[in-house]
Amino acid sequence: MLEIRNLNVEVESKPILRGLDLRVNAGEVHAIMGPNGSGKSTLAHVLAGREHYVVTGGSVQYDGCDLLALAPDERARRGIFLAFQYPVEIPGVSNIYLLKAALNAQRRHRGEPELDAMDFLALVKEKLADMEMKEDLLYRGVNEGFSGGEKKRNEVLQMTVLAPRLCMLDETDSGLDIDALQVVARAVNQMRDANRAIVLVTHYQRLLDYIVPDHVHVLSQGRIVRSGTSELARELESKGYGWLGAQESDGLETGAPYPASGGEQR
Amino acid sequence: MSESTREHYREAFRTMAGTLAGVELPWLRKARRHAFDRFEVLGFPGTQLEAWKYTNVMPLAKPHWHFVPSDGAYADYAHLIDDLVPADAAGRLVFVNGRHVPKLSSLPPLPEGAFIGSLAQAMRRIPERLESIMARHAPDDGFAALNGAFRSDGYVVVLPPGCAIDWPLHVLFFSSEAALAMHSFNAVVVERGARCSIVEQFTGISDEAYLVNTATEIVVDDEAEVEHCRIQQEARSAFHIAHIGVSQRRASHFTSHSFAFGGALSRTQIDTRLEAEDAQADLNGLYFVSARQHVDHHTRIDHEQPRGTSREYYRGVLDGASHGVFDGRVIVHQDAQQTNAHQGNDNLLLSRSAEIDTKPQLEIHADDVKCTHGATVGQLDENPLFYLRSRGIDERMARALLVWAFARVSVDRVESAALRSRLTQQLLARLPGGEYLRGLS
Repeated sequence: MLEIRNLNVEVESKPILRGLDLRVNAGEVHAIMGPNGSGKSTLAHVLAGREHYVVTGGSVQYDGCDLLALAPDERARRGIFLAFQYPVEIPGVSNIYLLKAALNAQRRHRGEPELDAMDFLALVKEKLADMEMKEDLLYRGVNEGFSGGEKKRNEVLQMTVLAPRLCMLDETDSGLDIDALQVVARAVNQMRDANRAIVLVTHYQRLLDYIVPDHVHVLSQGRIVRSGTSELARELESKGYGWLGAQESDGLETGAPYPASGGEQR
Repeated sequence: MSESTREHYREAFRTMAGTLAGVELPWLRKARRHAFDRFEVLGFPGTQLEAWKYTNVMPLAKPHWHFVPSDGAYADYAHLIDDLVPADAAGRLVFVNGRHVPKLSSLPPLPEGAFIGSLAQAMRRIPERLESIMARHAPDDGFAALNGAFRSDGYVVVLPPGCAIDWPLHVLFFSSEAALAMHSFNAVVVERGARCSIVEQFTGISDEAYLVNTATEIVVDDEAEVEHCRIQQEARSAFHIAHIGVSQRRASHFTSHSFAFGGALSRTQIDTRLEAEDAQADLNGLYFVSARQHVDHHTRIDHEQPRGTSREYYRGVLDGASHGVFDGRVIVHQDAQQTNAHQGNDNLLLSRSAEIDTKPQLEIHADDVKCTHGATVGQLDENPLFYLRSRGIDERMARALLVWAFARVSVDRVESAALRSRLTQQLLARLPGGEYLRGLS
């Protein structure tokens, strides 16, 4: 489904990704781990089409097409979804308005008729219940005044409504308490499907206790330095990122070790 | 003012003074004469004046306007006018090319002692109520003076104490005649404890320039409430100059909405004086222009007595090479202790060539007050834009959605749902990509 070859990306003339290779097949769940500043979020944003990042080399094939040639909205209509680490607040655009506009844009793209109001509402309410979110959040501005946890749930809600083919979750676990983490994990697990791929970008192993990945990759200094099974994530948990550095390069020694508990707080 | 322009206005006043409505009222003849004399002294305001620094009115000072509309077949527009006035407007007054058209107007039965009608009707039926408001003060600029000299029609609302009108009065000023100058005068006197809601809508269909120079005087007596909503959607080459003067008495509440979308050049000045204690003024506004349009709002809120409250929120969206001006003064006089005033002006520039001059001003002469103000100027934020696009919404629609999200804050302050939906339609029609947003709620 997704084939990344020798991807090089710069932000403000500073190289962030340096020759990244990754292949993701339909039906697989991949976890991309790595210390802060290793390029995890950059990878997710480049795939979603953020213009701020400049691709200086390499290629990305998605379903047989050149992904990098597509506008961000075109990518989304073709089934790519990014759950943001820091979802933006958009006062004046209600959550339900966004969901409806986004879903209809994708349906039109697929040549399907727009969902009628009743069917749409039924779908959204079902997914909302799955996410254990209150109904009034639908009628508020997108993420407006949402708590950190509500924002993350809202990202996953959008994902479950839009049912994308390639789901990328950027640090969705950060800032979530254990109950919310379980709700999010359950929703993601429900989306596991032979026709869908899921890429989890995370600093910590915690999320992977609930969503067990098929493949784990460690990103460091803009490259995948290690790939393995979920066993690799557990290894990282006990040893931190530092032990990889010893094998790779000295620069990695600065990688943050896995903390005893908790996650990044917003 | 050039000699030929001066002579043009002199000639017009000479020939018209004897034919204007209300000519039989001596005080009105005198007030008109006085106003014309003032116009000769003041001329059109130049950009050397602080209040007109950013608005050059020379383009509308030059043409030799005519002042009397030709007798048109108003029936041609009946259909269009029915479309323009919201269906829920139980009462409507329609003016075509400055003149009241009774056939297109309709009012439900009025409570005892209330008057709603045209200025010409009011001059015949309640002239004694008009004198104090029409001859109240000397015109302070050339446009006010011209209006004072040539005013002949407009609408008048007089409500006796305790009289509540629960339906919105919709007043439509419809212009279709090129090179016509219209000077409407409107008066709203709402006595103790009475209340009403009025919509003034200005719409034009002429391809050529015309001039609307309108004045509205409003008195909101003790504990009375007035909601006044202006919708300015003049034709693209039109000039629109408006002055709204408000006197607020004790514990009165005045709400103003000013929506400015049309015209080549428009200027709206809204002044309210909180003359007694516990009065409240809410001033809401939205200007949304493009191409080479020029839109100017000047507001002045005078807190003269204690415990007054004012809330002013103006927003602007400027596209193309348009130019916006916002000048808001809040003056807290010495006796106006415990005044609570907030003023804000936020602007969204959609193009590099668009321009805004914003000047919020707070003058405080009392010591126990709570006053804040602020202004912002910005462009569409890239982060929400990317967020929307990452959900599959194409760029044009995403931009439209964000502009709409910004502008709707002003629309949402309007109480009437029917009016809000009208305004929404008008905004979407002007918004690039607005067609995508129809049908979404």
